[in-house]
Order: sequence, then C-alpha cells, then structure tokens
Amino acid sequence: MYRYIARRVLLVIPTLLGAAVLVFALMRLIPGDICVVRLGSGGATFNPQAIALCHHEIGLDKPLWLQFWDFVWGFSHFDFGISMWSGKPVAVEIAARLPISLEIALLATIVAVSIAIPLGTISALKQNTWLDVVVRTVAIGGIATPSFWIGIIAILVVLDTTGALFGRPWMPPIDYVPIWKDPIRNLSMAILPAITVGYRYSAVSMRMTRSAMLEVMREDYIRTARAKGLLEHLIVNRHALKNALLPVVTLLGIEFAFLIGGLVVTEQVFNLNGIGRLFVQAVQNQDYTLTQALVMLTVTVFVLCNLAVDLLYAWLDPRIRFA
Amino acid sequence: MGTLRLAAGAMFAAVLALALPVQAQEKPQYGGTLTYMIPADAPPSLDLHREATYALVHTVAPFYSVLMRVDPENPADTTKFVCDLCVSVPVPTDGGTTYTFKIITEVKFHDGSPLTAADVAASWHEIIFPRPGVLSARANWYEAVQSVEAPDATTVVFKLKYPSSTFLPSLADPYAAIYPKAILDKDPHWFEQHVMGSGPFKFVSYDIGQEIKGVKNPDYYHKGLPYLDGFVGIFAEKQAVRVDAIRAGRAAMEFRGLPPAAINDLKSSLGDKLKVQYSDWNCGNLITPNSKRKPFDDVRVRKALLLAVDQWHGAPALSKIANVKTVGGIVFPGSPLAATRAELEQMAGFWPDIEKSRAEARRLLKEAGQENLHFELLNRNVDQPYKYVGTWLIDQWSKIGVTATQKVVPTGPWFQLMRTGDFDVVVEANCNSIVNPVLDTQKYLPHDVFVENYGGYSDPVEADIYSKMLHATDPVVVRQYMRQYETRIVNDQAHEFPMLWWYRAIPERSYVHGWKIGPSHYINQDLSDIWLDKTATE
Amino acid sequence: MSITLPRDARVPLSADDTETAGAGSWLRVTLEFCRRQPFGAFGMLLVLVMAVTGLSADLIAPYSPTANDFEAMTEAPSWAHWLGTDQFGRDMLSRIIFGARTALTVGLTSSFVGGIAGLVLGVASAYFGGRIDNLFQRVCDVMMAFPLIIMALAVVSIFGTGVHNVIVAITIPLIPRCARVVRASALAIREVAYVDAARACGYGHARIILRHMVPNVMAPFLIMLTAFVGQAILAEASLSYLGLGVQEPVPAWGLMLQGGAEEYATTAPWIAVFPGLAIMITVFGFSIFGDALRDALDPKLRNR
Repeated sequence: MYRYIARRVLLVIPTLLGAAVLVFALMRLIPGDICVVRLGSGGATFNPQAIALCHHEIGLDKPLWLQFWDFVWGFSHFDFGISMWSGKPVAVEIAARLPISLEIALLATIVAVSIAIPLGTISALKQNTWLDVVVRTVAIGGIATPSFWIGIIAILVVLDTTGALFGRPWMPPIDYVPIWKDPIRNLSMAILPAITVGYRYSAVSMRMTRSAMLEVMREDYIRTARAKGLLEHLIVNRHALKNALLPVVTLLGIEFAFLIGGLVVTEQVFNLNGIGRLFVQAVQNQDYTLTQALVMLTVTVFVLCNLAVDLLYAWLDPRIRFA
Repeated sequence: MGTLRLAAGAMFAAVLALALPVQAQEKPQYGGTLTYMIPADAPPSLDLHREATYALVHTVAPFYSVLMRVDPENPADTTKFVCDLCVSVPVPTDGGTTYTFKIITEVKFHDGSPLTAADVAASWHEIIFPRPGVLSARANWYEAVQSVEAPDATTVVFKLKYPSSTFLPSLADPYAAIYPKAILDKDPHWFEQHVMGSGPFKFVSYDIGQEIKGVKNPDYYHKGLPYLDGFVGIFAEKQAVRVDAIRAGRAAMEFRGLPPAAINDLKSSLGDKLKVQYSDWNCGNLITPNSKRKPFDDVRVRKALLLAVDQWHGAPALSKIANVKTVGGIVFPGSPLAATRAELEQMAGFWPDIEKSRAEARRLLKEAGQENLHFELLNRNVDQPYKYVGTWLIDQWSKIGVTATQKVVPTGPWFQLMRTGDFDVVVEANCNSIVNPVLDTQKYLPHDVFVENYGGYSDPVEADIYSKMLHATDPVVVRQYMRQYETRIVNDQAHEFPMLWWYRAIPERSYVHGWKIGPSHYINQDLSDIWLDKTATE
Repeated sequence: MSITLPRDARVPLSADDTETAGAGSWLRVTLEFCRRQPFGAFGMLLVLVMAVTGLSADLIAPYSPTANDFEAMTEAPSWAHWLGTDQFGRDMLSRIIFGARTALTVGLTSSFVGGIAGLVLGVASAYFGGRIDNLFQRVCDVMMAFPLIIMALAVVSIFGTGVHNVIVAITIPLIPRCARVVRASALAIREVAYVDAARACGYGHARIILRHMVPNVMAPFLIMLTAFVGQAILAEASLSYLGLGVQEPVPAWGLMLQGGAEEYATTAPWIAVFPGLAIMITVFGFSIFGDALRDALDPKLRNR
C-alpha cells in the first residue's frame, strides 16, 4: 500500500516536468514579441533601443536553456518570477485574482452537489418515469449548452427583467469586495457566474449519480436487503447511496480540475478579475513568465485532484491495496 | 438719439437675459465621485514615459501635470495648444531653434515638495535623452532637440538642432508627465509601480486588474479646480460589460468611444438620462499590401485593389455598425492640411463613380495577368473596427473577382507577422494622440526611412517630398507638399491605402458636465474640469 | 458475477456481442433500438436532421451566407429573412444552415480522428503494459491537464486560422481522454483467454491489438465518440468566442456568438439566440443518442 502511494506521488513529478516543457516550448513558438506589443499599441513609433532594453529587462535576451532552467528551478522553490508585462511578481498578480476565482469554484461546487445528488438519486429510483425524463433533459441541456451563452443570456434576462419590473436595470457589481467586507455585494457579484458554471457541473454530476445509483440498485446485496424486508428509504440511504457515491466523488474531483479551465470563458463574460481572465491576458500579451506559472498552477491542481482520487480508490479497493 | 439708446439698452438687456440663465445652468457644482470605465485590462506599468497604451493615460493622467497640452476648452481644435505648467506658449527665437518656457510658481507635488523648472527639465531630459537602462517610448519624436535645461527655478529652455514645425505640437504629448527630480535622480524605475505627481487628483489605491482610485488635490495650482471629490476608474476590456455598467448606473461614462450599436442600445434604454458627444478620431485604418511579395510588387495589382473599394458608400453603411465614419486621405480629416473632397476625388480609390473605378480595376488586373487573384488578408483580432473593415473589404474585392480570406490573429502575432513581412495584405491602423499631420504621416514613408513601415517598398521620390515638407515652415507650402506626398503614395504608387477614419462616440450620463470631446482618446484625461450635477443624479 | 472496473468503463461479456451479419440485421437493430429507446431515437433524428442540413446547405439555404447587404442590417425575423439578419445584413437562416456544415465537420472530424488515435494508443498502451504504459499515462496526464486555450492559440498563431487548424487544436485534448477510457477497458480483457490463445498462436502485436482487442472495446468507444462530437462543437464555440477559432466570414455557430452577438444582444437578440439554440439542439441530439446507445449496449442495464 505504502509502495503504491509512494510510487503514485513520485509519478507527479514527470507530469509536472512534461507540462513545463510543453508550455515553455509552445509559448515561444507563438510568433510575437511582448516588448513590441507593449510599446507599439499606442501609435508610438518603435525605438529599437527601447525594444532591446525591454528585452534585457525581462530576460528575453538570455539563452533559452537558461530561461528554462530559471523557470523550473524557480518553480521548485515556489519562486514564480516576475511578470513580463507588468513587472510585478507573478505571485502578487495571481494572489490579487485568486479569491474571486476560488469563490466562484466553491460556490459552483456547492450548487452542483446540492442539486446533483438528490436529483440524480430520485431520477435513478424513478427510472423511465416522467420525472426521470425531465431530470435527464435538464441535465443534458446543461451539458449541451455553451456556458458563456448561458451567461450572456442570464445577464440580459436580469437586466431586462429588473428594468421592466423596477424601472431601473440591475447589473451585478463589477468590482470585487471580499466577502467579509460586504457579503451582500460580494455574493451578488458571484451568484450569477456560480450558477452558470454550477449548472454544467451539476448536470455532469447528476448523470453520474443517476447511472451509479442505477448500477448499485441492481446489485445482489440490495436484492437481499429488500428480500429481508428492509424499508426502501433505508436501503437507499444506508446501502446504495454510500456505494454509489464513490464514482460520483471521483467525478466531482476530476470535474473540479476542469472547472478551472471553464472559468476562463465565464470570467470573460462576467468581467470578473479572476485567474481565468488573467490567463487569457497573459497568453495574449505573450507574458511568458505569467503564462508558465499559471499553467503550472492549473496542471498542479489537476494532478493533485487525480492523485487524491487515485489514493482514495487505493484505500477503498483491497485488490490494489494489497498488490 | 433717444430711440437708439433705448434700442441699445433693450438689446443689451435681451443679451443679458439670454446669457444669464444659461450661465446659471452651467455653473459647476463641487463634490461627488466620478466612476468611469477604462476599456482595457490593467496597464503594464504606471510610468507614463515608458508605456504607449491609452489604458495608462486613462488610469494615471489625473495624477500628473504636463508642460503644455491641447486646450481642454476646445480639444477639437487641432492647432491650438495651451499651458498647463507654463505661463504662456512661447514664440521660438534664434531662427526658430530656441523655445523658452516660464513655469508657474507655487506648484507642489502631492507630497508637499515644490515643483520647479528643474523638475520639468529633468523629466523632459529623461524623455528625450533617457539614461542607459531607462526606457522612453517616444524618444525618437524629439530627434530635433539638442538640449533641454533649467537655467533658473522658473525657466526651461529647449534648444533644437534645426527649426521644425512639428516640435511644439509634440510637446503637448499627454505622456510627458512631470516627475519630481529628486525621485528621478535616485531611481527612475520608481514610477513603474508608484505614483507621485502634481495633478488635480492624489493617488489613493490601485487594485491590480480591477480599479484605480483618486481623491481631490486641495492644493491644485489651477485655483478652483478640480470640482470632483474623487474618481474611480474600473478596468473592463469587454464592451458589453462597459455598456451594461453605464446602463445600470454602475459607471457614468467611458473615454474611448463606443460603436453605434452600443450607443443606440444605451439611448433606447436611458433616453434623456444619457448624453453622447461625437468627434472625428485621429485614428484610421490603412491597408498595406506586401510589395515584396508577388503579385503585390506590381503597381497595377495594388491599384486594382484600391480601385475596387467603394469608400463613399461603404462609409455611411459601416458607420451604423462600426466606429468609422469619414472618408479621408492620409491626413486627419479635420486638419487644415487634409485634402478636400474635390482633391480626394482625383485620387484612385476615391473616384465618385464606383462602376468606372471597378472597371478600371478589372482592366488593370487583366493586364497584370491576375484576374483570379486569391490572397490572405492579415487582420488583428479586435472587433471594432478591424474585423468589420476586413469583412467589408473582402466583400468589396469579391466584386472584381478577387477572393480573399482573412487570417485573424491576436495583437502579438499581428505585429510579428507584419515586422517579418510574412503576409500578403494587412489591415493596419494609424493612431496618434496629438493631431500633428506632418509627424502622423511618417507612417507612409518607405522602410529605409521610417522603420515602422511594413509595406516593403522603397521610394526615394516620396522620401524626398516628405523631407521638403518637414523643413518647410510656410503653411501654404507645407500643404502643397502634403498634396504631392499623398498623391504619390495613394494615386501613383498605391503603396498603402488609407481607409475610413474612425469616429468617436462618448456616452455620458446626463449628470456629468464639463468634459469636452477631442479627436483623440489620449488627450484631455485629467478630469479636472468635470463636475456632477447632483440634482440630476438618480 | 460483476467485475468492478476503474471509473465507468463498460465491457461486453464476450467477443460475440459485437458481431453483425448483413444489412438486413442493421435495419433490424436500428428499429429495435428505436423501439426500446424512444428518447435516443429522438436524438438520432436530431442528428440526422443536422447532418442533412449541413450536407445539402447549398440547396436549401435561401441566401449566400457571406453576402453583405447593407440595406438590410440587423433586421428582425420576417418573411424575407426567417431568422433575421446580422449586423452585415447577412441572412441568419443561411448562416445557421451553413454553420451546421462547419459544426459537423469540426465535430465529426475531431472526434473521429481523436477517437481513433486514442483507441489505438489506449489499447496498445494497455497491451504492452509496464514502462510503455507508464510513460503513456504521464503523457496523457500532461495533455489532459494542459489548457486548451494555449494549444489553440499556438496552432492558430503558427498555422493560421481556418477550419482545419481549429480541428487540430480541438483534436489534441480528445486523444488522451479517449485513450484513458479505452485503456481501462482494454486492461480488463488483456488477460482473457482468447488473447492468450492468439499470442500462443504466434500472432504479431499489431494483429492482436487491431483484430482481437480493439473490437472488444468498441462499445465504450462508440459511446464516447458521440460525447466527443458534442464536446468538440462546444469547444469550437468557446474558442471562437475567445477569438481563437474559425474566423470571419466563415459561417460557424460559435463565431456567430462572438462579438456581434453580445454587442447587439439587447437591440437584435436574434443574433445571439439562434446560433446558441442551434448548438444546444445539436449537442443535445448527440448526447441523448449517446446515452441511449450506452443503455442499449450495456448488458446490465438491458434488463429493465
């Protein structure tokens, strides 16, 4: 068991290294020069000395292998470097934007879990009834619709409805205040994006809950419990749900990792000053250090989520535990 | 005699009666905070000398003073400049090579230290002759300058190597903030992350990527200003967010310009709670064929592409959906140096009869053996108006049998591909802050004269005309040379085609007063003359 | 007895399940499917409608999808333009019809290429096991964790825009996803008797992989394909929204939602609503079809 854990944890390292190489290479393959973008966007004529100086300041004139070494070595010491665009430390840039993204992710998860598990269970228990069909349709609707489109329509609907009802259109606040400073303002900013992201998240989880429950309810031990005369709701809660939840939790974990990717588009729609929007800006500005740090962050979260899930499985499945 | 006096008296009274209520309505009120949208993501650094993006101007201009600027009372006037820190705009001496400025006294930086001519000279010295390791984005505008000095505490002297009509307008650059010499000497990089100015507002806070806040400077040297208690600038690159924010009252205005659809949207939902100011914009698109690539090295092919486009009819149609409006040549349409309509219509690409123009285009293509020309139009990944212009152009070229596809890339790769010459035809823009036509049209000079031209052509005749124009001082002569320059570029050689000039529409809530629109989104951004009518705010 | 496999892989109980014989039995199978899974049949119908629309776009579209008409900009739906016009005066219905062609091209190509590549790689990885499997797993991890937007930006910046480049960008993340699931199924049957027998007969690796193992993971693979088509269409929409997908003036649903849609959302909502609905309906169709396919092919769920 411990050998399995150790091996599994060590395997994280080549994954991170592979991601580092990939982001390093890809970013530099994209044509363009951040110094040119920075100095050229305002109609100022380029000054070759200015460009050369800019390159020197941000370290672009160093040989490639040195740039890569700085990047990897820095990352292993939690030193993420300086953003090429703003000159501020990457950690400062990310820390300023992390709260809102984390808040949306957490709220979306809460929304998803609180909708998905009850509805998925009911849908499984009442398979092929009209309730099941409705729940499945809503779930597939959530998966089939682009989340940014839902966001656009949601903002519009809110604007038009409040405009019609109250005479004054209401828009969620566009500047972030932390939740402890002004909870109402904070939540009114976060609620629409959380629902938009959470809808899709809950749809995927609902389907998984349903299929897991369906599978578990056919197991022999459920049939035995029923034959023994146990009440149905006890069967569901005490026996079935526990076993069905394992693949659901797995899925929640993996989907959470993908959630970070989904935030990219959502934050554009709602103009949230979060990690996703920072990521788009960094990529478009060709800010190598910031992009590299953000990608490594995303990959690390993904890898850790997978690791947690694998370890959970190992702990629960005796065959792997004693391998 | 008596009746005359009576009549005069009556007229006087009438004038007074008309004037007074207007003035009473227009009397500025003090107080209030202006919230406005900044249409960009956060600027790279806070140092106005080193950056080139308007996002920075919208962010920190209220904190700084400049030596000279466009007249905030009449920013649309492209020839008048007024003083900010100086006493009066000097007339050059020594055959046009020496400019002596007197600086206002009793100006203080926000930390209380006095601002003297030494600070002005030091700041300008850093802009024109940056120290090694210091980046000055516009240093090459001032190649004519030999020296800048402060012989005493109230005098700054600029000495030029040769007289130049472009110098004085270039002094009104909105990026030429005056920094304290004490900090500049110690650490010129300090201003990249910090703010210390002498402007109408004091720095309060900067939430990275989110908003900037400023508060009134009680010791501002222009007495009675500013009217506002403070301001908040919120960053939002997405247009839909800015429009919704103004609609929902989360912000009062923005300072770049919204396209017609957004303006109509706001007008229909806000009605008379909204005002809109309009202006021609000192920005225009130009189409640059790559003269180093076949078949664009053939002037007939280039000219055919130019002749195919119906700018006169395209402009009114496009102006309904994009922020373009005016058909013009290479000079900003509102400038005295711009071509008149009659002069434009003589040039290829501006003929009034489009059928004749397109027939000629087809003839030229046939002669050049390029009837079924197919190429890729490189464009920048920005909606307004680049992508609209690109889509419109492709449709126009299809009318002479030319098929074009668009290659749309983000800004970084767009610059890169242009600089390496890796394109067929590209949609560019020529955007400038101060209207300074002789400087602004440098864009059209061949690459061996002006590094940032991407057309890949060489043309000594054109360069020669420009050089004569640059050294001429009589406005009539300058205009003659400008016509020759323009005709050579557009009509004779079709090196690059000036396309539609942009059009600004600034929405503001009706309780905002005092700000006047100009032809550039870089100027008039210090907010010092803005006031809010609190009785009208809902 | 049930074998609990990792995640949610499904495996048919024997190699016989996927054998078919002749066209007549295809028809029988289809009809049986429609009867048993009416919901899925509805999904199949939606998919077919979209496919036919895309294929016959030239014939059924009333206008050209790229012709600008400055006299008729942002017009509301009317008899002349059933779904209205966009800001360039282009007919929305025609653009949506041609958009079906783009969407299905992108969706089907990405999912087939990605799926087949993932299928072969996943099965091979499971078959060879050991170090090769380990290495492949790590590569998959990296590819799955890597943000799609960078890949798309890199492809678009280097190779330019255009439908084929968008397909490349979208296919890349699909390969490891497919490989993962297929590998899980393949791991289970690696030790099954007929594979051993094939090895004993001296068959080469390629033959065993392609002829014996691949057919037995077809069920989860086919189900995944239908899901992939939907995901690919959504990915194209997201990329176009960010400006990294298909470019003007190609008609594509995702592109139609970008820029103009948000700008005109209040004054001309049809520009934003109809392409979104088109995407939703198509992906919906593929999803319920895929669900029904899984229900039909899964022996355990067959009984109810």
